[in-house]
Amino acid sequence: MDTVILLRYGEIHLKGLNRPFFEGCLVDNIKASLNDIGPVTVKNGRGRFFVTCPQERAEEAMGRLSRVFGLISLSPAIVCERDMAAIEKQAVALVGKRLERAGGKTFRMSCRRADKQFPMDSMEMNRHLGGVILDAYPELSVDLSNADIDLHVEVREQVYLYTETIQGAGGMPVGSGGKAMLMLSGGIDSPVAGWMMAKRGLSIEGVHFHSFPYTSERAKEKVYELCRHLTPWCGSIRLHVAPFTEIQESIYQQCPHEELVLIMRRFMMQIAQRTAETNGAGALVTGESVGQVASQTLESLTVTNDVARMPVFRPLIGLDKVEIMDIARRIDTYETSIQPYEDCCTIFTPKHPLTRPNLDRILRSEKKLDIEGLVGRAMEGIEVVEFTR
Amino acid sequence: MKPVYLDNAATTAVDRSIIESMVRCMDETYGNPSSAHHMGIEAERLVEGARTKTADVLGVKPDTVVFTSGGTEANNLAIRGVFGDLISKGKQGHIVTTAIEHASVGRVCDRLETMGFAVTRLSVDQRGIIDLEELKQALRPDTKLVSVMHVNNETGSMQPLAEIGAVLRTAPNRPVFHVDAVQSFGKYAFTPDKWGVDLASISAHKIHGPKGVGALYVRKGLRLVPQSLGGGHEGGLRSGTSNVPGIVGLGMAAEQMAASPAAELTMALKKRFVERVRDTIADFRINGPGIEEGASHILNIGFISVKGEVLANMLSQQGVYVSTGSACSQRQKPHASHVLQAIGVPGDYLDGSIRVSFSRYNTLDEIDESVEILKYCVNKARMFVRR
Repeated sequence: MDTVILLRYGEIHLKGLNRPFFEGCLVDNIKASLNDIGPVTVKNGRGRFFVTCPQERAEEAMGRLSRVFGLISLSPAIVCERDMAAIEKQAVALVGKRLERAGGKTFRMSCRRADKQFPMDSMEMNRHLGGVILDAYPELSVDLSNADIDLHVEVREQVYLYTETIQGAGGMPVGSGGKAMLMLSGGIDSPVAGWMMAKRGLSIEGVHFHSFPYTSERAKEKVYELCRHLTPWCGSIRLHVAPFTEIQESIYQQCPHEELVLIMRRFMMQIAQRTAETNGAGALVTGESVGQVASQTLESLTVTNDVARMPVFRPLIGLDKVEIMDIARRIDTYETSIQPYEDCCTIFTPKHPLTRPNLDRILRSEKKLDIEGLVGRAMEGIEVVEFTR
Repeated sequence: MKPVYLDNAATTAVDRSIIESMVRCMDETYGNPSSAHHMGIEAERLVEGARTKTADVLGVKPDTVVFTSGGTEANNLAIRGVFGDLISKGKQGHIVTTAIEHASVGRVCDRLETMGFAVTRLSVDQRGIIDLEELKQALRPDTKLVSVMHVNNETGSMQPLAEIGAVLRTAPNRPVFHVDAVQSFGKYAFTPDKWGVDLASISAHKIHGPKGVGALYVRKGLRLVPQSLGGGHEGGLRSGTSNVPGIVGLGMAAEQMAASPAAELTMALKKRFVERVRDTIADFRINGPGIEEGASHILNIGFISVKGEVLANMLSQQGVYVSTGSACSQRQKPHASHVLQAIGVPGDYLDGSIRVSFSRYNTLDEIDESVEILKYCVNKARMFVRR
């Protein structure tokens, strides 16, 4: 038997003539998230989607769908014909299953006659089915304001019955807002930043800087792992791994040490930006949060932002570390992020980095380097790894 | 250049003839050794043959060898097996172990400690050796188990097992004596029977055998509580269908180690390595026991102003494979090695320490080549020190 999952979507209701475009994006993402679940159909019906999937995989499908941006809430439903005897039978069975699983002392009916052709109106259905449930389960009582079980019955071309509603991921369908290039370090912040921008409808590609032997093979594996954790939310991700060793060594040898991190970050921005341009991404995304570390003071951000020709989105800019960590745990990137491999990059962080750098001074130091050559060689050395949902 | 594998304390290359025998075993003798028919009996014969070979190397009777999935399971079975009864009866007891054990002993003792048992962790000196006086002081009337490793996996320090056995023999309530012999089995004299060792853990993959198989020596008459229940294999101590090809590999590996001891060669390799480093690289120190004093196949060496992890990466890039500390702990938090801290390695060297470990497959030429590369890497790493 198949299960039907009711999906409600939010913000894109408000779109006017563009609404079909957003709905199309959302349907594509829903289908992509369920692509290996086996015969699945998605039907659009007045502000909701109805997904039909094999019953034994319904729970898995719910898990996947709860990570699709653009959906507000989901309910797994039983479907039956528009026949009162059939509805009564399913209602009693559904409440029985729910009692078995989670118990409960009180219930309420929430019937909705979306199709006015049906002979009984919503209020009449509430009264009638409420009576049927009370007859079947005399230990239950009715509580309209705070019921343990809320039995929904929606009458459309068919009748949908459900007792559970789980929250969706919210936001906008991924891809509906264009594409951005995420600077993915392997720490706690950057995956969260990518997730937040995907939530606003951007599809995400990543760029990672690899400084072997100063960072290990495992550090790169860790970033791959983070990408895999992000794909259930963001969809497929292309990761561009740029070799960064030569740049770090050159800065170390030729520039003042307290400026190392800032000059390094300017190089990273440049490479990320070029990668964005060649891959059709219109913005950069970073995990910066103002004041978190020396390179994220207002003055330092000014210095790094100076190389940007495209918008740089910093969705974590006003969040505390604890708030960022909470999101990381929720989206399941935290445990991967705290693996310690990134650390050996600290070999290049000075003991006393500048916190109030001056752009002119940084530019003068940077002039000692063959910026074009260094960036060009890094661009040529980029390896692309694809992660599919 | 051909890659040079100098991480033989982590694991070793599997001997070609062992691979072939294991494949033949899977191909032809795939019966279940517990089956009553001919195919089963053939497989059983292989298992029992391997048991005899393994026992011979230990100088013990075959029926005292219990095959396991490796050293970690053997250590778990030994320690939990001794304490199993006390746990179920809610009784107290005391363990004596050392500060430098492998995690598969250390973590089990930690767990028993959280369950209410008392644990004493003996300190070690600069060479990584325990003090017999401290051991005597630590023993209590309720000491049930003393667990001391033979060769330390990070520094190669070797504990005086015969002396420890003698101390325990005269103790008022003679505790059970367990030895983690994973790093020494097949390489150095290890005679549990003579030394009063009751339990000893060994592993195949450290001696050119396959991964996933090891054994626990259990002195005759010692009662252990099994940790996995089922069909009653291995005398009821370790249920589960025997890993026949693995066990065959372990038996062969043990036999080969006994037939052609490698200690002399590995000692020559180790001496050459240190000599070449002394000639070409400044500011280094040997961590742990003196060259002759420690296990010949393990060398722990620290360099000032270098990060061990970066150095190991650089060497790997050049085709020379070494480790920082123990391979088992590298996926966890890289706080400095508990072993190097226990033997008091000075802070300047602690971060820059690597473990180089040898086997019979290494040559003196490889040592010369790798020290050349090491010199280049140390110099380069020192150019990029955090300032």
